[in-house]
Amino acid sequence: MDIRLLLDRPTAAEREAVDRVLGSATSDWDGGGPSRADGHVARGGRATRRRRHLLLPALHAVQDESGSISRGALGYICERLSIPPAEAYGVATFYALFDTGKPRAPVMVHVCDDLVCMRRGGAELRIRIEETLGPEREGAGERSWGSSPCLGQCDRAPAALVHTAGTGYETLAPYDGVTSQVTIGQDRGELTLLRRAGVVDPASLDSYRAAGGYSMLDRAIGIGPEGVIASLEISGLRGRGGAAFPIGAKWRGVAEAMGPDKFVIANADESEPGTFKDRVLMEGDPFALIEALTIAGFATGATKGFIYVRGEYPVAETLLAGAVAQAYEAGLLGRDVAGAGFTFELELRRGAGAYICGEETALFASIEGHRGEPRQKPPFPTECGLFGRPTAVNNVETLVAVLAVLEMGAETFASIGTERSKGPKLFCVSGDVTRPGVYEVPFGTTLRHMLDLAGVGGSGRVGAVLVGGAAGAFVGPESLDMELTFEGAGAVGAGLGSGALIVFDDETDFGPVLARIARFFRDESCGQCVPCRIGTVRQEEALVRIATGRTIGGLEEERTRLGDLARVMTDASICGLGQTASTAIQSAMRLGLAGAP
Amino acid sequence: MSDPSVTVTVDGRDLEVPAGVSVLDACRVGGADIPTLCFGPTMTPANACRVCVVEVEGSRTLVPSCSRRVEEGMRIGTESDRVLHSRRLVMELLGSASELDRAGGDLPRWMELSGADPSRFGEAEPEKGRQPPSPGHGHESIPGRAATVFEPVKVEDELYVRDYSRCILCYRCVDACGVEHQNTFAIAVAGRGFDAHISTEFDVALPDSACVYCGNCVAVCPTGALVGKIEYDMREEGVWDETRQEVTRTVCSYCGVGCNLDLHVQEGRIVKVTSPHDHEVTQGNLCIKGRFGWSYVGSGQ
Repeated sequence: MDIRLLLDRPTAAEREAVDRVLGSATSDWDGGGPSRADGHVARGGRATRRRRHLLLPALHAVQDESGSISRGALGYICERLSIPPAEAYGVATFYALFDTGKPRAPVMVHVCDDLVCMRRGGAELRIRIEETLGPEREGAGERSWGSSPCLGQCDRAPAALVHTAGTGYETLAPYDGVTSQVTIGQDRGELTLLRRAGVVDPASLDSYRAAGGYSMLDRAIGIGPEGVIASLEISGLRGRGGAAFPIGAKWRGVAEAMGPDKFVIANADESEPGTFKDRVLMEGDPFALIEALTIAGFATGATKGFIYVRGEYPVAETLLAGAVAQAYEAGLLGRDVAGAGFTFELELRRGAGAYICGEETALFASIEGHRGEPRQKPPFPTECGLFGRPTAVNNVETLVAVLAVLEMGAETFASIGTERSKGPKLFCVSGDVTRPGVYEVPFGTTLRHMLDLAGVGGSGRVGAVLVGGAAGAFVGPESLDMELTFEGAGAVGAGLGSGALIVFDDETDFGPVLARIARFFRDESCGQCVPCRIGTVRQEEALVRIATGRTIGGLEEERTRLGDLARVMTDASICGLGQTASTAIQSAMRLGLAGAP
Repeated sequence: MSDPSVTVTVDGRDLEVPAGVSVLDACRVGGADIPTLCFGPTMTPANACRVCVVEVEGSRTLVPSCSRRVEEGMRIGTESDRVLHSRRLVMELLGSASELDRAGGDLPRWMELSGADPSRFGEAEPEKGRQPPSPGHGHESIPGRAATVFEPVKVEDELYVRDYSRCILCYRCVDACGVEHQNTFAIAVAGRGFDAHISTEFDVALPDSACVYCGNCVAVCPTGALVGKIEYDMREEGVWDETRQEVTRTVCSYCGVGCNLDLHVQEGRIVKVTSPHDHEVTQGNLCIKGRFGWSYVGSGQ
């Protein structure tokens, strides 16, 4: 590839930051100084371009160092990786946590203005921050601020994420000031998935092992890959990320795919508003995820795995990075894992502020160093996934549930729950409740029981519950006896989605709530397909009109318009984002929550 | 060995088509009339516009016919209420966000056929209020108005004009500049969601970018967002008139490759040069000399 480079040069600090990720440049061919040998050899080419997947890590390094990505820094990364600058710029501008505009203040505060935080003091917090730091994204001097979609800290809202140039990220819940918290709402005796979270030292492999950790890897090795997959098939375990796909079938698909190049990925890009269960698992029990992913590699024959953790989860990322290092040191990752003769390499990747990257094909694009744009399925990932190879992508909770299947036995696991929804399940309860947090219950528990556990707050009376986050659906007080199962949620026109339960009391004005949900999809659409790129904008505009009482042609006409938009987004969008961008809004319309006279 | 064929059903009619062809091709063989926008005959489908979606039995959502391959026994519907609805809404959405009055090909016909009414989403934002898309997201719209992709026209040289208020983000120019045709990579999609737009690195002017002025992006643009400077100026003056243009095919005289040229001539003056998409040498592509190096033809010297 013959590319034209930017002429701007990086600062010494930017260069060092990039080199920490990519290694030092070796010659004039890839951005190093001229050497005598350069005239006689040609370097670069395919070998360099194959490192394209390091684009996001390199951009992160610069952003962390300087607080923004300058032309010089982007140009240097392009030179190192042989990427055309226009393309790298396209990638950098896709992700909300990368700044390619004018240099910003060294400290940037991302303040959550999403559904839960705005009900729990977020509005007041924003006013205070604006008083101190000035208008959004304009604060001069040392600190600046901007609003952010859900940061996954709904159990202790309102939340903010602070980025300091030269240091990196930390999450902050201003009320308590601590950076990490494992909020489990119930009696610990009932826990399986969350058993170790908040009990073991998440920074210590010894502590994990003392609590029974890594015994399931031994068991998996004992029963062999076929034994693991057969157990999962018997267990009836279905994915906890939203799509509810049977994990046994997914792993078998990858195990049976030919060739040595396959991948397993833990999807830790938890970004659904109101969802924080994966964060609690990763912050409380990071080794469990690594053990489960190692078992995934063993069972499917994949020798390489990735954990793609959302950029807004710095505590989870730090703990996972430490855990991966300790696992390597202990011989539990790498060549000859646990002396059992198989290889499993594991790498951690950080997202950069894009809800869409939780969609599996967008996640592949992101790891590969591209804009997080989903692609059309089929082909499905088990056949053509990361780098075009067979890939099993699993949600964090699903992977941790694999350990539970092996531990209690597939039959016991299958005996928990209902006919089509098996095992224990995590729910994130937030909003107008007195005890927000993660709750672990058997499938089949009713919504009413969950609300009893968490305690309805606000007025004390439920107006509606948003089941499954922004991509989910509202259910009204008449449906509180619904079973929280895949089939039970389907029966009331909802889906369990990510397991988020956001409670709104009966004094809620739903107009702004629906407009905020619509803005979320408008902001997070990747922009690739027309139904979603423009449909989410028209949907938001209509809901703002309804909320402010300035409809075009009256409420009935707005409803028709929203219905038409919902239909084209559901039918014709490329991926699940567009296909579910209207679900919550349509459910609210059916319940009469918006625009009620 | 002859290519194996498969049997599919299009709108209730059984058809035998070669294995591996697209659903779009199969439907067209069967006589179905399906619109396309982002699909270019010489390019890998971008799957972006969704105007060609059809119903495939067993599929939860509609299926883009341009990229999906036929399978044995596939049952395809191109005229169902669901298909017509998506087709109309896609047209309406595009028409509400971009200026389409200079779109070529079938678009005007399809706008009418589908009964699309882009104005139903409200009055478009006034141009003055609209800022050019900035990197990242979080763009504020004007309350009560329908957001558009308005950008000031970019006239940066004598060869072509970029009028992105007409852009529908079909990815064709990016793909033509990149891996599909030219391998120059001067432009890419930047930003996200509704703020996604075509841009050079840091939005530098085209002459400062990697652009080599082959004009192959202009050749594939379906909406007139990318257009030759002469054509743009004539359109602005209101004198561009394709009914008064004669197209003459010839062979480029600059080198020995043998690219076919179509000279578009209005009132004895060359106003545009293209190459036929089905020409085996060019597939519609040219270099700067073939596409723009003909001003000597009209020289008095």
